Amino acid sequence: MMLHATRIVGCALAAGLLSVPALAQSPQTEQLTVVGAGGVLQDAERAVFFRPFANANKVQLTEDSYSGQMAKVRAMVDTGSVSWDVLQVEQNSLLSGCEEGLFEKIDWTGIGDRRDFIDEAYSECGVGAFVWSMVMTYDRARTADGPKGWADFWNVQRWPGKRGLRQTAKMTLEIALLADGVPREEVYKVLATPAGVERAFASLDRLKPDILWWTSGAEPIERLASGDVVMSAAFNGRVAAANQGGRSFALAWDGQVLGVDYWAIPKGAKNRATAERFIAFASRPEVQARFPSHIAYGVTNRKANLAVDPKLAADLPTSPANFTLAVPLDTAFWADHGEALEARFANWRSR
Amino acid sequence: MSSPTRVLQYAFCCAMMVFLVGPILTVIPISFSSAGFLSYPIPGLSLQWYEKVLAASGPWLPALRNSLIVGTGAMALATLLGTLAALGLARNDLPGRSFLLGLLIAPMVVPVVISGVAMYFLFARIGLTASYLGLILAHAALGAPFVVITVTATLRNFDTTLVRAAYSLGASPVRTFFTVTLPLILPGVLSGGLFAFIFSFDEVVVALFIGGPAQRTLPRQMFDGIRDTIDPSILAMSTLLVGVTIVFMVLLTRLGRGTGSKSGSKA
Amino acid sequence: MATTTETPTDSMGRATALAPPSLSSRAKARMVSALLIMPLVLFLTLVFVLPLGGMLVHAVENGEVGEALPGVAAEMRGWTGEGLPPESAYAALARDLKAAYGDPRLGEASRRLNYERAGYRALLAKTARSIRAIDRPRAGWTAELTAIDPRWSETATWAALRRASPSLTPYYLLTALDLRMDDNGSIARAPAEERIYIDTLGRTLWIGFVTTLLCLVLGFPLAHALVSLPRGFASVLMVCVLLPFWTSLLVRTSAWIVVLQKEGVLNGLLTRLGIVDAPLELVFNRFGLYVAMVHILLPFMILPILSVMKGISPSYMRASASLGAHPAVGFLKVYLPMTLPGVGAGCLMTFIIGVGYYITPSLVGGARDQMTSYFIAYYANTTINWGLSSALGAILLACIMLLYATVGRLIGVGRIAGIQ
Repeated sequence: MMLHATRIVGCALAAGLLSVPALAQSPQTEQLTVVGAGGVLQDAERAVFFRPFANANKVQLTEDSYSGQMAKVRAMVDTGSVSWDVLQVEQNSLLSGCEEGLFEKIDWTGIGDRRDFIDEAYSECGVGAFVWSMVMTYDRARTADGPKGWADFWNVQRWPGKRGLRQTAKMTLEIALLADGVPREEVYKVLATPAGVERAFASLDRLKPDILWWTSGAEPIERLASGDVVMSAAFNGRVAAANQGGRSFALAWDGQVLGVDYWAIPKGAKNRATAERFIAFASRPEVQARFPSHIAYGVTNRKANLAVDPKLAADLPTSPANFTLAVPLDTAFWADHGEALEARFANWRSR
Repeated sequence: MSSPTRVLQYAFCCAMMVFLVGPILTVIPISFSSAGFLSYPIPGLSLQWYEKVLAASGPWLPALRNSLIVGTGAMALATLLGTLAALGLARNDLPGRSFLLGLLIAPMVVPVVISGVAMYFLFARIGLTASYLGLILAHAALGAPFVVITVTATLRNFDTTLVRAAYSLGASPVRTFFTVTLPLILPGVLSGGLFAFIFSFDEVVVALFIGGPAQRTLPRQMFDGIRDTIDPSILAMSTLLVGVTIVFMVLLTRLGRGTGSKSGSKA
Repeated sequence: MATTTETPTDSMGRATALAPPSLSSRAKARMVSALLIMPLVLFLTLVFVLPLGGMLVHAVENGEVGEALPGVAAEMRGWTGEGLPPESAYAALARDLKAAYGDPRLGEASRRLNYERAGYRALLAKTARSIRAIDRPRAGWTAELTAIDPRWSETATWAALRRASPSLTPYYLLTALDLRMDDNGSIARAPAEERIYIDTLGRTLWIGFVTTLLCLVLGFPLAHALVSLPRGFASVLMVCVLLPFWTSLLVRTSAWIVVLQKEGVLNGLLTRLGIVDAPLELVFNRFGLYVAMVHILLPFMILPILSVMKGISPSYMRASASLGAHPAVGFLKVYLPMTLPGVGAGCLMTFIIGVGYYITPSLVGGARDQMTSYFIAYYANTTINWGLSSALGAILLACIMLLYATVGRLIGVGRIAGIQ
């Protein structure tokens, strides 16, 4: 607790020193409400982005959190009572929200050069904040010679026992195809065809009796620790956190499915200018470079990725070696097929 | 009652006590764990989760305060309006009674997500979002059916001769209500009120919609970051609440006004 | 007192009017009742019913396409739905798309059309982008649009647009019942791999029913013990009933996982005692779900029964005994009927709260234990498909009301929750 506090203060001071020129600009206290996903993730964001920005710019920053639910954003925009200024959102919410006018368009000239960012970070209505991934993991303490990839995940003869998968079609269908031998770069090409969808479900069918479904990111880690599953798909940040807490979980980067979370501004936000300045601040390489030391998620600015401590980099989904093994989530595909596939998936799961 | 039946009754009660409290007592030690897991074995002992929950600058204490404010407000409003309505509904010949009842218990039946979004639209237009009042009104509306149902059930066995006796002795309607009716239906009113409070105390969806950052309630704090983590601080907070409840209830029992049975000793 | 003859009595012969006899006439008493109910009715109408009505309208509301693409929506009204629509429809679509480019309403229309046919979102986005470059069609809009994407030459594409164009739609309600309107406009069952909501609804009601029954079987004797056992013991028991209330739902659910999991507390105990050899599968299945749900809902059964039992004077049982009835007969004939209002209220609450749960089933249940509320929350929160969410909610609501009325008729009017 104490250690954490000093770290936060340290970061705040460092950021304050780095951005002294910004200090003189604000005669009045500006307000900003930033909304994250809560929990340890928001603790990291607070240390790296929120406090340094507030201190450097003399902004009165209020935090809130939500669980990624767009319903409130929709209700706020529809009633014209927008109380959030900056919002951390998942990819497909951003894309459909952008089309439906839930978010302000981003002026990228204020953010920086698009080429400095990984391709996935660019969006009309949002700027990539960090990169997380769905990886395969197991407990070395229980399984000595563990599986190496998704194909092994399906091998119940060699490694008997339950497997944890997230209770969504998104990412699970990709994983099912990878396990079935589809090369990384062809996953979406295959999944876009009806035959590919059949193939993904057929692959899942083979593993079905051995799957334990999870919803919250904490679950796979708990189930692995308790021995209820022998291996699981999990958020890489949770695996790294468990290992910091004394566990010895191995994870396979091969076939990791990458997702990006974004910063976005709800349509009609009261402090839009400040919100844009915040996003610009949170996209700077020197600011982003500090993020992975707080939580094992990758960042979106290529320069920041280069500046990350090499010891940490091995644990990040975005480090060059790991990135080449990844399947980046195809948001456009899920925007189109998500509704139908999720319904079919829920139906398949319940029979 | 014959003694074998009595023994059986005691055995059943003890088994139920284990069932009701056992799981909660089982997880309480995890709140003293040095690791961030919700499972056994515990690698070491630590008070870190209590430090986190009790930190003066942390989010937990304000959340508890907000929950108590909103819960108490919602309970008071729901109990008052719900009890009055139940008294009114006690008449069988009221026209449209079934319809009224359907209306009064509807908030319980409608899924909270739908109520939450719906209320947001109304409250946003009249400036009640991100306010204690808004949240109290919303929770009172959703908690009132608990009071209506419980008090109505209690009133079914209500002996109206007592009321008539009071009138015939010259008591005013108000006085009769407070000295005769209320004490008799009090168990129902209390449990209805308790349900209304607990509903608010464990409600997360409407709290997300109607409440702002300043009205963050305990459940919102507990569900915070659930996509990513559930750490033992929620157990630490629950342990504290359980402890306070036990002390409080023991005190009440000592004072001779426990929620426990009175008629039992009379029988 | 003459007025007492006017006091209405219920089926059991007990007077139910609470209005003082000084306001003797029936009308006056009725007015007092109405006045007592009025505050809550007004309150709920303002805070709940009005906003809710607006929400349930979403289940049939269908303005998206008509607002974003008014021209082509009007054309669709005139089209029979056979073959392909006339050139004028293609031209109207082109005009509408040009006008609506960048308008968020086009996004909403795309989402609506995507429900009818997966891939529509991308199709509209692509078409809207491409069509801006075309000022005047060389060979008519039909050819231009088909050149942009061959799907514009498919009847199914236009049929979806036609179905989504009217200002009201049965789409959401049909979907919630696993039905759909095919391209010819007739109603048919959804393809087998997409049928889901009826099964889920049946499962939801069944889980609610079993949970309620279990709660009743365990809760009734417990409530009886609370009023009949000595006060000291009863107080401790009462503390045990109420304690779970002070822990979050999340904590109670997690606690059961810790107790029931493979290497959990219970399996450890059973193995150590030699009762079982291999650990039992106690959680992440229906069994675990029932255990957790009964634990959470039990107080909702106990307290209403208890509050009714407390109001039953022991003199009734004594009278029955003094008339020579066996205690068991006295219990069944005298005591039990008097507790029924509490039983009804408890069952009603347990069932309704039970069918509304979705966090607990997704944490302790298995893959086959998903309940309707999960989908209601999923569509309302995550995909903002308020239409389908409201439709599912309306159907669940209707089922509960129907069940309530049926049980009310079967068991006898006025017995459930003391309600007629």
